[in-house]
Amino acid sequence: MPVTRRDFIRGGVAAFTVSFTAPSFLSDIARAQGARTRSLVVVYLGGGNDALNTVVPYQDQFYYSRRPTIAVPAGQVLQIGTDTSGRALGLHPRLTGLQGIFNEGRLAIIQRTGYQNSSRSHFQGFDIWGTANPLNTTSTGWLARYLETVPRDALSGWATTREVPRALLSKEISVPGIPDARTYVFASPNGVAEALNERAAAQRIASHVAVDRPHLAFVNGTATGAFETLDRVASVASYAGTVVYPNNGFAIALRTVAGSISRGTGTRVYWVQTSGFDTHATQGVQGGGAYGGLMGTFGDGIAAFYNDLRNQGLLSETLILQFSEFGRRISENGSGGTDHGAAAVMMAIGGAVRGGIYGTAPSLNPDLSNPTLENNGGDVRYETDFRSVYARVLDNWLGAASMAILGGDFRAGAPPIV
Amino acid sequence: MARSETGVEHLLRRAGFGASQDDLKAFENTSTSGVLDYLLDYGRQADDVDSKIGDPAYASITAVGGFSPNLNIEHARQRWLFRMLHTRRPLEEKMALFWHNHFATAYTKIASIAGGAQATRMMALKAGELPGPQGQIELFRSMALGSFRDLLIAVAQDPAMLFWLDGRLNTRQRPQENFGREIMELFTFGIGHYNEFDVYAASRVFTGWNLRLVNRGNDANSYNEFVFNPNQHDTGEKTFSFPIYRNGSATIPARAAADGMQDGIDFITALATHPNTGRRLARKMWDFFVSEVVEPDEGTINDAASAYLLNGTSIASLVHYMLRSRQFQNPGNWRTRFSWPVEYVVRAVKEVGWSGFSVDSLRTPLTTMGQTLFEPPDVNGWELGTGWFTTGGMLARMNFAATLAGNQRLNLVRAIGGAGSSPASVLDVFLDRLSPAPFDSSARSELLGYLEAGGAWTGSETQLRTKAAGLARLIVGSGEYQIV
Repeated sequence: MPVTRRDFIRGGVAAFTVSFTAPSFLSDIARAQGARTRSLVVVYLGGGNDALNTVVPYQDQFYYSRRPTIAVPAGQVLQIGTDTSGRALGLHPRLTGLQGIFNEGRLAIIQRTGYQNSSRSHFQGFDIWGTANPLNTTSTGWLARYLETVPRDALSGWATTREVPRALLSKEISVPGIPDARTYVFASPNGVAEALNERAAAQRIASHVAVDRPHLAFVNGTATGAFETLDRVASVASYAGTVVYPNNGFAIALRTVAGSISRGTGTRVYWVQTSGFDTHATQGVQGGGAYGGLMGTFGDGIAAFYNDLRNQGLLSETLILQFSEFGRRISENGSGGTDHGAAAVMMAIGGAVRGGIYGTAPSLNPDLSNPTLENNGGDVRYETDFRSVYARVLDNWLGAASMAILGGDFRAGAPPIV
Repeated sequence: MARSETGVEHLLRRAGFGASQDDLKAFENTSTSGVLDYLLDYGRQADDVDSKIGDPAYASITAVGGFSPNLNIEHARQRWLFRMLHTRRPLEEKMALFWHNHFATAYTKIASIAGGAQATRMMALKAGELPGPQGQIELFRSMALGSFRDLLIAVAQDPAMLFWLDGRLNTRQRPQENFGREIMELFTFGIGHYNEFDVYAASRVFTGWNLRLVNRGNDANSYNEFVFNPNQHDTGEKTFSFPIYRNGSATIPARAAADGMQDGIDFITALATHPNTGRRLARKMWDFFVSEVVEPDEGTINDAASAYLLNGTSIASLVHYMLRSRQFQNPGNWRTRFSWPVEYVVRAVKEVGWSGFSVDSLRTPLTTMGQTLFEPPDVNGWELGTGWFTTGGMLARMNFAATLAGNQRLNLVRAIGGAGSSPASVLDVFLDRLSPAPFDSSARSELLGYLEAGGAWTGSETQLRTKAAGLARLIVGSGEYQIV
């Protein structure tokens, strides 16, 4: 049976409640210092993104023969040149914003990322990418382990989702889930003065640590976390940005993140996601349809965020790292879609990114001797261990020690993206 | 007097959605085992809850331009919440919720293909109210405690599922793996019991399990129904890494196309009777009914799974086992579940009150808390237990408590009646009406302190109106209230 998030917490809840409460003076110190911190914005494409239609090997004849209806026509791709193996690549036509960032040298594309024996399960795959441990997905999240090494602050991490993802699960710290700063307020049935009485009482009730009922202490810990973050998040609620963001959940979450960066809340790790990438059926033809919509949501949201930060001179403090739990099968299925596959594509974007194409594209020739494929030529084999990308980000961007956080040395072969 | 922690209330929280004052009165002279029988044998209770919609004695619904719960998803959500609130068969709704999470199917994907009216019909149509097969949630109600094998077959042929996991497009030329994978990974025995070749073979098993549209064109009359399409069935043999038949054979034989549906029946029977399917369901039921904090022992899970198998993949056997178990009755395991958002809001409304309250006003709070009915986040269902509790999720609960308390302010003041003379007597009224897990003495002092925050207690009408709503929001929004 897959170990669920609940099992993880069940085991960890006692340890968690002993140390979860962030002393508020630490956040005061952080703010008083007024120092801007580098931030990492992790972008998750939920459902298993079809890497081959994101970064298209448009001169590979097998790309077209194995995807007779869903292939992106060569004439439509946004050219980004060739990789080190000489394979010509193009971005999906809806990624115009990303092409611009690529041309500025601030988009790194890392092809064929993954790990040995890639899981084809969404949930196991997601937990493997989240824990950075393919052999034991019950451990804490890799981003949480990083946050455990920095000064405690209730807002050091920020998930813009209702659920806090595996990557941010810790036994020591509680990362808040705040989808939209505008609704992150404490409501009251009474007037302003009485609302303050209610808030004070609620905060005090939640602060009692029920040592004999750790699960209650856990729930109260989330209430305490809310009270500790309310006021700082409120400072973000009115943020409008310097550009017009698209009107969808992904872009609104990115705008919230931009607001937090702009207002200097001190958050180090953000989590943003957009889903719908489990394209088993009718994913669209000629670069359009459902997958075109997904690419538009992704690309337009990132472009707005990038431009907003650039306008404020904040790009150099921000790194965006995109991933998905797996790529999809090479051949389309009978429903005009693609089933679960293996290696995926990652992207890194930011003012300090060394842009370019890292890694090599697969040959899509289904010949069994083709070393770039696996599963009888059905799926793309990974070339770059995703943990080496994590290691690079930890060591070179966040200034952390990747070996301790990842539980091993994955620095070798890491693409030098930052 | 504070409401006490009784076996009956524990049972009603776990096998139902908590108890209103009227519910408690009705069970006043019934033993715990009598209440358990009442809940389990729900077929004996009248299924008349829908007839109460519109009756001012119950919560109201909001439907501009007429109530159409078979064609409008917001109306379907309201009907389901109304049922949870006022049904005489709480376990039936509880099990429907369990299966909704287990076979997690989301409306939006279906609506994006088939349109909102058709998608609502597939999720929620009550048989007979419009032509066509009953909706998925009605399927769960009708088969909630029956044979799991039969339920799996019905789910594999359910139009909503055939849209959700793309089975409607699964044809022999190029099979479609979505349903074939998830029926093993999520619906039955789980990861570790199959490999990628099994996924391919399972997809081929279900080729031709498709849909047909009847009475095309008019939403009130047209509908999708399951059809086995022999021309699209892969007739070749399919071999698995686990036994399909009792004689140990792991191969479904090649069959004539016309008989091809038997492939799927054989495969589902094998999955339903696999030992780990029973164990996995038992484990889920343990979490759902008994405890999310205390681990079950291996023997409990195995015994429950044996009862399931011995009685022909009987879901009722699992549920009975859990609800009658020593561990369920042990007060040490009470208050060791984290309430789901829908459980929380329904129980809160039952306890706080519903005069002039529309269940439609639960819509936005539930979404903010992370549980929109008919819209689980993915096929794995919701992140249960601690997964509900992020800062944002908890804030949403505190804010819902505030909204509900403000909405029911007069009701709450009325409940205080002549007990408004002191903070302690007011608190007693509230702790009798509401059902948080016991507050320790320091939390209790904070609640009393709140009643006098901003001014000494006078018991004036103004003070009562303010503090009644404030106190209710504090209790219903407390951590103690979230654990059930």
